[in-house]
Amino acid sequence: MRSALRLFALLLAVAVLPAAGLAAVRPSEVLPDPALEARARALSANLRCMVCQNQSIDDSDSELAHDLRVLVRERLTAGDSDAQVVDYIVSRYGEFVLLKPRFSLRNAALWGTPAVILLVGGLYLVFARGRRHAAAALSAEERAALDRILERRTGPPA
Amino acid sequence: MVEIGHFALVLAFALALVQSLVPLVGAVRGDARLMAVSGPVAVAGFAFTALAFAVLVMAYVRSDFSVQNVWENSHSLKPMLYKITGTWGNHEGSMLLWVLILTFFGALIAAFGSNLPLSLKANVIAVQGWIGAAFLLFILLTSNPFARIDPAPLEGQDLNPILQDIGLAVHPPLLYLGYVGFSVSFSFAVAALIGGRIDAAWARWVRPWTLAAWVFLTGGIAMGSYWAYYELGWGGFWFWDPVENASFMPWLAGTALLHSAIVMEKRSALKIWTLLLAILTFSLSLLGTFLVRSGVLTSVHAFATDPGRGVFILSILTLFIGGSLALFAWRAQTLTAGGLFQPISREGALVVNNLFLTTATATVLVGTLYPLLLETLTGDKISVGAPFFNMTFAPLMVPLLMIVPFGPLLAWKRGDLAAVSQRLFAAFAAALLVVLGTMLFVDRASLLAALGAGLATWLVLGALTDLVLRSGWPSAPARTAMRRLAGLPRSVFGTAFAHLGLGLTVLGIVGVVAFQQEHILAMKPGESAAAGPFSVRFEAVEPFRGANFTESRARFSVFGAANQARGDIVSSKRFYPVRQMPTTEAGIRTFGFSQLYLSLGDETADGGVVVRIWWKPMVTLIWLGALVMMAGGAVSLSDRRLRVGAPKRRRVFAAAEKPV
Repeated sequence: MRSALRLFALLLAVAVLPAAGLAAVRPSEVLPDPALEARARALSANLRCMVCQNQSIDDSDSELAHDLRVLVRERLTAGDSDAQVVDYIVSRYGEFVLLKPRFSLRNAALWGTPAVILLVGGLYLVFARGRRHAAAALSAEERAALDRILERRTGPPA
Repeated sequence: MVEIGHFALVLAFALALVQSLVPLVGAVRGDARLMAVSGPVAVAGFAFTALAFAVLVMAYVRSDFSVQNVWENSHSLKPMLYKITGTWGNHEGSMLLWVLILTFFGALIAAFGSNLPLSLKANVIAVQGWIGAAFLLFILLTSNPFARIDPAPLEGQDLNPILQDIGLAVHPPLLYLGYVGFSVSFSFAVAALIGGRIDAAWARWVRPWTLAAWVFLTGGIAMGSYWAYYELGWGGFWFWDPVENASFMPWLAGTALLHSAIVMEKRSALKIWTLLLAILTFSLSLLGTFLVRSGVLTSVHAFATDPGRGVFILSILTLFIGGSLALFAWRAQTLTAGGLFQPISREGALVVNNLFLTTATATVLVGTLYPLLLETLTGDKISVGAPFFNMTFAPLMVPLLMIVPFGPLLAWKRGDLAAVSQRLFAAFAAALLVVLGTMLFVDRASLLAALGAGLATWLVLGALTDLVLRSGWPSAPARTAMRRLAGLPRSVFGTAFAHLGLGLTVLGIVGVVAFQQEHILAMKPGESAAAGPFSVRFEAVEPFRGANFTESRARFSVFGAANQARGDIVSSKRFYPVRQMPTTEAGIRTFGFSQLYLSLGDETADGGVVVRIWWKPMVTLIWLGALVMMAGGAVSLSDRRLRVGAPKRRRVFAAAEKPV
């Protein structure tokens, strides 16, 4: 584990290589029921390895991640629903364990930003376009002046 | 010897100060002699920074462990390539590379900017000088790569083994060429605000620089992604890691900038927006530098306990972002708005592109910074990881990707959506067929996967449709069509390639995300296992000794469905004694665009070893697509319109027209 942290600190020294670790799930953990195992994998991908830098327990080879993977599988085997498993883990480790934060007031700005920007940007475009077009339309006087000019042009040569 | 480097760096800083002030004063006073200082001083600044960099590289090559930086990151037994690349495999060295590239771009503007109006050139180079001065000061005060240790140690501590890879030779330089390349667009934007003038010619000067930076950044990100894929041992290609996001945000904003600059150049519209994007793109590059360099990502507390470097970069960040945005707020109204257009038009499509790309950038930005902000403000700790980004980013990208083929086909000013839809009918029908075919004939295909494959087909064929239509085929005979195709502007090919590459990347992502197969098992020599459409047999483990590591290599034979031999795969585990660090070297074999990926885990008690086998269909398209995008950018760069001197010819032409 310490090596994983140190590695990450060192990786920061270059530019963009993300957190390293050896691949995670061990053969001994795999459940015999493929449907249950698939659920376990899906759940694991959303749970953070608490001692790692931005790794899910599905990706991390740390002991803690191993324990959590086993815990998830135990609960699933005991008949818990996906939501129950997640609730149980959050009750023990706090919301920090969720890689996808819950929809809550505290996270409103996080979840809301994309929608708000898209909406405000879209409305601005519609609104600003309307305004620009109003400004671009000719007034009655301009229209009359234009008509005079055009008439003169199309009329017989003087 | 090493002190020469330090001395050169101080000189470069002094020159950067001159570069920041003298041309600017010249531009304000209209003094051509002062403005003319900008060119030589930028070139000299680059020369001295390059000298400093060369001295540091030499210290690494000669394993001069009296230099602390070399001692910390090198070893006399390290292969020569990694001695050289190790120069920028650490904080101090990579900052020096950053500044080297910055001054390099400054020198390029000086060398190729002879067709720029003198005051614009002076201002642009002065702004480059400000950035250079700030970062040179940062290096000299907080991150001096030339610090000595006395007495000199006999042996170095070696470079992190993960970094001892060809990736380190390519990835950071490419990435920085992209990151820092956007500083040119930024300088042009700030110079335009200072000078109070901006027109289509400005866009024509800025676009090639932006395009070049974008090409490099695309390459840097793709290279980093492939490096992580093969080096980290579990075959992921994108992790939504904050460090990755730091490079992805400028890419998204830069892509938006590239598109809005087209509108500005062709139609004189979106001027103010383009200017703002140029400022934001480089601001995101600076933010990325701050995030990666300050250590704030590892922990807010680490940042608070050792704030020296972090606070310095944060000050630079605040100064440049705050300053340029304040200048923007103050001066932007003086710029005149440009041409009008209908919502259904090429401009309209590019505006929608910008809306989605900007929203995507903001999404990544908020996701990356939210945990830091929340912890700083309330002390609550939350995690924002891949599941969040996948859930928010994908819905933003899908509509954007769907309109991509329409953009190049729509006319400027007022387009005809019905007519364009008609022309894209063939591409749409083919995409629909791919969706149906995937659903019917591919095992385990979900509807989402099929739609993804259809979207990729739509992008690829949509890009090709543009080329075919412009050639006039099939109504024109093939020979005429070929001639017309050859006569098309390079930028048309650039657009088509870039969009086609995007489609390939999407196809690769869909392939690996939806159809990847994984097998995790313990194997002993002689045993076989399924591996996607193949099977592999574990042959033997052989020891190997590298220059600075020991290795145990596991050899596997690959067999096809009819048991025919399809070659070997060697996957190994290394141990680097100096750092006491193990690494895994994944074994990868490519079949067409797909790859078989083998990675070794721990030994089991009964003498076997844990083997993880992945079959990754279409995975190489992710990076090949990026290469095609880069090729598109490069082809577009070679367009006559963007070549050096092209704006000058146009000016001469305009001047000749005047007396009429």
